Formats: sequence, C-alpha cells, structure tokens
Amino acid sequence: MEDTLREYLPILIFLVIAVAMAVGMLVMSYIVVPQHPDSEKDSAYECGFEAFEDARVKFDVRFYLVAILFIVFDLEVAFLFPWAITLGKIGMFGFWSMVVFLAILTVGFIYEWKKGALEWE
Amino acid sequence: MAELWDGYLWPLIVIIAKIVLIVGPLLIAVAYLTYAERKVIGAMQMRKGPNVVGPFGLLQPMADGVKLFLKETVIPTGANRVVFVLAPVLTFFLALVAWAVIPFSEGWVLADINVGILYLFAISSLGVYGIIMAGWASNSKYAFLGGLRSAGQMVSYEVSIGFVLVAVLLTAGSLNLSKIVEAQRSVWFVIPHLPMFVIFYISGLAETNRCPFDLPEAESELVAGYNVEYSAMTFAQFFLGEYANMILMAAMGAILFLGGWLPPFDVAPFNWLPGIVWFFLKIAFLLFGFLWVRATFPRYRYDQLMRLGWKVFLPFSLFWVVLTAGVLLALGRLPQG
Repeated sequence: MEDTLREYLPILIFLVIAVAMAVGMLVMSYIVVPQHPDSEKDSAYECGFEAFEDARVKFDVRFYLVAILFIVFDLEVAFLFPWAITLGKIGMFGFWSMVVFLAILTVGFIYEWKKGALEWE
Repeated sequence: MAELWDGYLWPLIVIIAKIVLIVGPLLIAVAYLTYAERKVIGAMQMRKGPNVVGPFGLLQPMADGVKLFLKETVIPTGANRVVFVLAPVLTFFLALVAWAVIPFSEGWVLADINVGILYLFAISSLGVYGIIMAGWASNSKYAFLGGLRSAGQMVSYEVSIGFVLVAVLLTAGSLNLSKIVEAQRSVWFVIPHLPMFVIFYISGLAETNRCPFDLPEAESELVAGYNVEYSAMTFAQFFLGEYANMILMAAMGAILFLGGWLPPFDVAPFNWLPGIVWFFLKIAFLLFGFLWVRATFPRYRYDQLMRLGWKVFLPFSLFWVVLTAGVLLALGRLPQG
C-alpha cells in the first residue's frame, strides 16, 4: 500500500509545480505589463460591430447527441481496459461474454445510425 | 537531522530536479516546434520562413514569447472572469502533467505507475474542459461556436483512440508504458497493428485540432474559434498547451506503436545510439508528419469530420479489437499477465 502511494508522489509534486507555473506566468505578465482597459477594447469581438445580443444562444441538438454517444462508448472503452489485460486468464468464457456485450452495443449503434443520429449536413 | 535529510529532503530535491528536466526541455521543444512548423511550411511553399531574428531566425520563438509576455491581458466585460482565466491555466497545466508517466528511456520515467496508460487517457480526456470553458466563458459568438465544434470533435475521436489503446493493450498485456515498450522487443506493434496506427495518427490530428481537422479555429469563418477573445499570456498558454499536446501525441504514438526507446534492429550500428535518442527521433518523425499534413491538405467539412470519426473509425477499430482478441486467443499468444 505504502509503495503504490509512493509511486504517485512525483505526480503530486508535478501537479503542484505545474499549477504554480501556469498561474505564475499569468500573474507575472499581469503585474509587469501596464493595463489600460477601456470599454471598446473589452467588448466582445463581432467583426467590428457592437455585439448584438448575449452569445449564449440556442445551438444544434446534435452536439448533445454526440455527447451522449460519447458517454456510452467511452464507458465501453473503460470496461474493455481491464478485460484486455486479463483476457489471458479468463480465456474463452471472458472473450464470449465481451462479444455478447459488444454485440448488444453494436445493435444500438446500428439503430442510431439508421435513425440518422450521425448525420450532419 | 540526517534522517530528515535522507528520508524526505533529498528525495524531494531529486524529484523536483527530474520535473525541471522534463518541463524545461519540453517548453524549449514547444518553442522550436513552432519554429520548425514555420520553416517547414515555408520550405514547402518555396518561401524562406522566419530568418531575421538571430542566425537563420533561430531566436524567433524567443522573440514571440517575449512579445506575448509583454502584451496587455484583455478580459472582456461580458466574460465570466474566473472561468475565462481558468481555461488557459487548465489547458497548460494538463499539457504539462501528462508527461509525468512518459518513459524516455529504460527506467527514465518520473512516475513508473502501473496504470500509466489510464493516466494518460484520463489527462488527455480532461483537455476538452479547457476548450469548453474558454468557449463558454468568453461570451462571444465565435468563441462559443468554436468551443462547441472543438468539444464535439475531440470527444468523437477520443472514442476511436480508446479502442486503439485497447487493441495495443491486448497485445502488450500491461497498462504500464515501460512494459508496453518492452513487449515490442521482438516486433514493433506498428507491424501487426498497422491500420490501428493509421487511425491513431489521424485521430491524434483531430484530438489536437490540427489541420486538416482545424475547424475549431477555422479562420475564414470563426476567426480563431475558442481563443478569439484571448490575448497575451492567456493566449500563449493555449498555444503552448496545444503544441505540447501535439508532442505528447507523437510521444504516445512512438511508445505504443514504434517501440519507444528501442532501436529498430538490435544489432551493431543501431544499438550504439542511446535509447533516448531513438525516442526523440521517432517523436520528431511523427511531428514532421503533422507539419507536412498541414502544408498539404485542405480543411475538412464538419459533416465529413463526424462521418469519418463515427462511421469509419469507430466501427473499424471496434472490429479490430474483437479480431485481435480472437486471433490472440485462438493462437494461444495472449500475454499471461
């Protein structure tokens, strides 16, 4: 237990140093450089016009679909990781269990393909 | 006192020295990758590229860095200030910490954890947060659209990268990156898994928002995409993070498919070079491909991009995972972890 945790210690120190570097760079530049904000400079860019409205507008529902599909398939990948490592031990039984699982997912994938969830025009 | 020194302080100093040895060269590599990009594309377009600052323009990246450092940090009035500033910090931070588990040569690794590849996968998945946060917090239409596009594109190609990793894991039998490299002593995985290598490389281009998949910053329609409102160091951090991620992708490609630090043949002239030189040569080779692609191909349309990711790469890589598992099982060649 102790040893596994010790392996992660360098990563923890790296995280701290990386945060310090990232924040430090910004803060140093902000302090060193004279700041002259004015209302024109600080307005959102829109081809030189005044911005018409708030930018948080409605957007295409297909981005949601992609996000949902991503969750399904990324979870599938997460299941496949331990399976791939232990396949040598679990043998045929493990292989066919995963094939059944993947087959069910593939049916769903074909369904959404036919439904047109993957179409962008 | 001696116990405190030997038990805590000295190991701490060693770890910090190692981190500096990773981050320093990494930032220099990023700087000179931008230089190489401009020189290579310049040469491919019969131009000279940067050649004014310093001999052969070699000081150009330094001049660019100093210029960005000395610019005013503009934060738009409509923006969510905290999220707006957090986004580039997060992007840069993630691009750095991913390097903690990369083995540069035999035993040359900061943290030799046994789930190295999961760590890499997790960190590179988090990268999309920086971009969504930037796109949303800017409160600008271009940034918003660019952020959405980029997020959709990154998650789509991440799925295929996941399946590619599973195929490699099946052959290597370990999540530890050093062991994956060692498993390639007899043959590099690029030979049995050539189609997976191609998918990984193209997905890598899409993951890092590189040409021909640079729709998030398509300058002719979205100006600069999610980083349109960013200036000075906030922009520089996005830029550094993006290029560090490119190098990371190339390093992952070298480790997973091209045998990491191993020489191509373990015979006399090849194994004279130390492992780290081979590793860097492979990274440089893959990165040159990134630049070459940018100079050669026109940009994809978004529907083509999504079709390639979901309708070609995803089914094919899924099929390849099952095929690999089946073949290895039938031949009894699975690694007995």
